[in-house]
Order: sequence, then structure tokens, then C-alpha cells
Amino acid sequence: MTNFKIILDISTTFLLSRIKQSTIAALGVTFGIGTFIILVSFMTGLNSLLDGLILNRTPHIRIYNEVKRSEVQPVDLVSRFRNGLNIVHSIKPKKNQIRIHNALPLIESLRRDERVKGVTPQVAAKVFYLSGSTELNGLVNGINVEDEVCLFNFDDYIVQGSPQDLLKNKNGILLGAGVADKMLLAVGDRIQVITTSGGIVPLKIVGIFQSGLADLDNVQSYVNLKMAQQLIGENTNYISDINVKLWDMDNAVPMSAAISEQHDLTALDIKTANAQFETGTAIRNLITYAVSITLLIVAGFGIYNILNMFIYEKMNDIAILKATGFSGLDVKLVFISQALIIGFLGGLLGLILGFGVSVLISHAPFETEALPTIKTYPVNFDPLFYVIGVVFAISSTFLAGYLPARKAEQIDPVEIIRGQ
Amino acid sequence: MSVVLQAKKVSKFFKQPVLFQVLKDISFSIEEGEFVSIMGKSGCGKSTLLYILSTMDTDYDGELFLAGEKLTGKSGEALARFRNEKIGFVFQFHYLLSEFTVLKNVMLPALKLGRKSEKEIERDAMEKLAILGIEDQAHKKASMISGGQKQRVAIARALINDPAIIMGDEPTGNLDSKNADNVFNVFKELSVNNKLSLLIVTHDLDFAKKTDRIIEMGDGEIIGSRSFA
Repeated sequence: MTNFKIILDISTTFLLSRIKQSTIAALGVTFGIGTFIILVSFMTGLNSLLDGLILNRTPHIRIYNEVKRSEVQPVDLVSRFRNGLNIVHSIKPKKNQIRIHNALPLIESLRRDERVKGVTPQVAAKVFYLSGSTELNGLVNGINVEDEVCLFNFDDYIVQGSPQDLLKNKNGILLGAGVADKMLLAVGDRIQVITTSGGIVPLKIVGIFQSGLADLDNVQSYVNLKMAQQLIGENTNYISDINVKLWDMDNAVPMSAAISEQHDLTALDIKTANAQFETGTAIRNLITYAVSITLLIVAGFGIYNILNMFIYEKMNDIAILKATGFSGLDVKLVFISQALIIGFLGGLLGLILGFGVSVLISHAPFETEALPTIKTYPVNFDPLFYVIGVVFAISSTFLAGYLPARKAEQIDPVEIIRGQ
Repeated sequence: MSVVLQAKKVSKFFKQPVLFQVLKDISFSIEEGEFVSIMGKSGCGKSTLLYILSTMDTDYDGELFLAGEKLTGKSGEALARFRNEKIGFVFQFHYLLSEFTVLKNVMLPALKLGRKSEKEIERDAMEKLAILGIEDQAHKKASMISGGQKQRVAIARALINDPAIIMGDEPTGNLDSKNADNVFNVFKELSVNNKLSLLIVTHDLDFAKKTDRIIEMGDGEIIGSRSFA
């Protein structure tokens, strides 16, 4: 299109002749896009941090035996009373084993399932931490450290020592930060725990664990799977929990239903356990996009205004262009290309501004008890946001430019020339 | 000699504020190399006629032929292209694009036509400016030159695509007598040397008297035609 070059030439000359207004219009877009990038990067960074806080370390499906009453009471089985209203008072929970029956074959079969990313067994043991004459309530979980690290980012919560140290030391323990604090213990010290059967076991502290949830850190500690089994005096078949991580979280609900149905176990899926998180994320995203779109609409009105004013100023020029053989379409393209140039340059500048401020934010110190491994503000540098930003900028300026441009297209040169 | 422009029974009505016939069955023709002026009192419809002849106003009855083509009923896009190629315009007010250089103003219609390379167009434009004696102003902004110079730039622009006809709406109306004479001489030379047809609407009797033919209009009709050639 040979026409295009000359049209672009005219529109850039027009833009440069009103450099101040053009700059202000472009800065409107810059501000809108920049804010969008900053907001969305920061918000999604924060979102994924908060989600990660819970979701990353929460298994997608947790399988365990829950203590509960029998759904079916003996009286229900008697055919004589089937049509009656049976009231049983003071039902007690059924005596049930904590261990998962046939846990190892179940783990094997889960591992073979292609929807599953990983499976790791846990053994929960109730203990007392012994410190002088005081005994502190405690809960020790036996874990497979390697699995926990690669599936649930376990290493993010080890503030001293490392998970590998637990692997090397079969008597090692990763002590909860709250416990360590209360008992004035540090890495390398020894701690004695009393098991429910009364035995005293000395353990070596190889690391300190801090989840950020104080209640948890005051009781929870981690040992090797074998050690936990020893603490409660059970053999290596004893597994109390199976944690499953899936490739796709959306499979959690149907899979957990299938598992609890098939194996008569309780299978808790992540959506049920943490329903509020997804809602929170969705609402935060909604707010981010609403604010950004509002800013862009404001910028769009700015462009609309300036182009409109521009067209009134340029009535004569439009009439000349038309009289000398430029068609209405050419004139429309002149003004639309002005809007697009403003949008493109403003948008590009906005991306740079947004990126710059995001980098600044990502280097700003952000230290909190709750998030031991986080030192700076979380920012998500997803390139998709930048693509969205440019598309936003160009489409909103196109819309803002289209209406004034159509007006210019329809200007009748005769009226202008005669009107002088 | 061949006919360049022909109007057949051109009529026009203004519908606002009341129905009013501005032009009543105007028929005439202009031949190649002819220098014609249209005279008449204000409101007699001479400018209206010019805008119809120039293809910018398409709301009329009758038929219009220019350079052998029937223009009545063509689309706006086609008329714009036709105007670009075959008609040169000079207005009473100079109507240059004030943010562009003089040279660019002259070049624009040719760039739009896109028949020649930018280099050739630039050379042509300088040539036209030289004919009008203002090539030294070529790189100034259009807003920086005097009124007489502007009008000559407008003429250079009208010439750039070697049109079939030049139309002018009081091109000297805004100029002092010296500049007006200048413009007339340029027109005359173009008509004689280049066999260019010219159709000029004017109030200026001295100017009109020097043209080949005067078409006199009154109340939307041609009331007389005087020839001085």
C-alpha cells in the first residue's frame, strides 16, 4: 500500500505539531498501562505467594482414617424396625485403627496413576518434648524428606539446617521454631521426646522448621519415616497418612471421591480443605483488572478528547486534503494512525515504566515472621501481562481514535471552504 | 480542439431552510487551453457551480463530464482519485497545510497519486515552484511565507499532477493588485504555453476581462457569455 507511507507521514507531522497534547495523551496511556503492569504483577505475585503458603504445601488429596461414628447402627439392620423412627442416644465413635490398611499397595497403585505427580506417606506420632521437668505437647511427623521437598516445597520452611541433614541422620529431627524457642534449643543440640508408650528417645536437632503458622510451629516437628514408626512402636507397614500431589489440581475432587469409595478411607481434597483461597484469588484478580481497565478507559477518554479537539483545529487541513484528492478513508486513516501511534508509544513507555517499578518493588525488603524464606516483595514477571498491556493500549486507543476519525471522514470540504 | 469540461443541465436545490433552487439547468463547456472566468453577484450560485464541477459536491441533478469521463454517479472514492489526478485547485484563502514545508505541500497530491517515485516528485515540485519563482522558499514552513507566495505555492500544488483543468475560487480575491497580476500572468502562461484549461470564479472585472471568455451568472442561470479572444 503506497498510500500508507504518505498517510503515516501526514499523521506524524500533525502529531509533532501538537507535541504537547500528543505527549499528554500518550502519558495517559503510559500511566494506565504502567499501573496495570505494576498492579497485576504485584497482585499475582502476592497471590501466588499466599496460595503457595497454603496450596503448595497442602497435598491435593490427603488420605487417612478419620475417627467417626458408624453411619449404620445395629438397630437399622433389624428389619422389624425399618419403618420406625429409631433414636439411639449417646453414640460413641467406632473404635478404629489409625493406620491405613494395606497402605503400601495403595501407594503403589496411586503412583501408577498417570494423573498423579507424586505420592508420599506420613506417620503421625503424638509425643511430649522433654525439657528439664516440663513436658511440652508435641506432634512428630515421620516423612520421606526427598518426596516432601520435591512435591511440597518443604525446604522453603527450613530456616536453619537443611532437609538433607535429616536424610543423613536417622536420629535427626527438624524441630518446630516455637518449640526450639521455648526450650532454648539450637541446631546441633539434643532433645528428648517421650512417646505415648512411655519410652524416652533422644534425638539430634538437625534443623529448625518454621511454617509461619504459630500454632503449628509450637507443636510440630519432623523426623524420618522409620524413626516415627519406631516412636510409636510399629513396623514399616504402618502408615497413617498418604499425601497425593496431582499434575492438575482440578482432578482432586473426583479422585478423592473415588479413593474414599474404593478403599473405605477418608480422602480430603484440596478444594474442600481450602475453598476460601480460590475465592480470594479470583476476587483479587477481579479487582486488579477492574482498576486497570478503569485507568485505561480514563486514558481513552483523554485521547478521544484530544483527537476531537485536534479535528476541530484541523478542519481546514482536512478540507484541503479532501480537495486535493485524499479520500474520506485516507483522512480517517490519518486520524486513526495518530491514535495508534499515541497508543503504541504510550503503551510501550507504560510497559517500561511498569517493568521498572515492578523491579523496584521486587527489590524492596519485605520481611515477616509468617514467611521465613521471603526477603523481598513477591512480583510476578509473567510476559503475558506485557502482551495484554500492549493489546489493551492499542485497542483502547483505536476505539478512542475511531469515533473522531469517523467524524473527520465525514467532513464536507465544501462547507469548510465556503464557510471562510 | 477537444472539450475538457462539459456540464449538461446541472441543477441544484438547497433544502434548508426552505426549498430553493440555486442552479437552474446550467449547460456549458470548456475547451482545451481555454481560460474562462465566471462572474456574478454574491449568491448567484457561481461558487456552488464550481464545487459541483470540482466533484466535491455530488448532490445535484444533470450530468457532468470531465476529460471525457462521465463523473455523475461515481463513488466518493473514485471521485477523490479523479480529483487528485485531473483537477487542480486554487482557493481564495491559501489553504496550505501550515505544518508542512512548502515543498511537501506541493508534493502531497503527487505522493497520494503514487505514480512516480518520491525523488521524481520532489524534482517535479521544485520545477513547478521554479516556474512560479518561489523555489527559494521550498524548505520553509508554509506558515512562514507571505500571502502572495502562499497563493503561488497553492498554484504549484494545483499543477503537480499535470491536471486537465485548474479551477479557482477567487484566487486573487485576497491579494493586492501586484500579486493579483502575478497570479493572472502565471495562469495566462499556463493556458497559452501548456494548453491547460482554466476555470476561475472571480469578482474582479479587470482580471476577468483579460481571460478568453467570461460566463456571467445571475440567479442560478447563465445570463451571458462574452468573449475577448
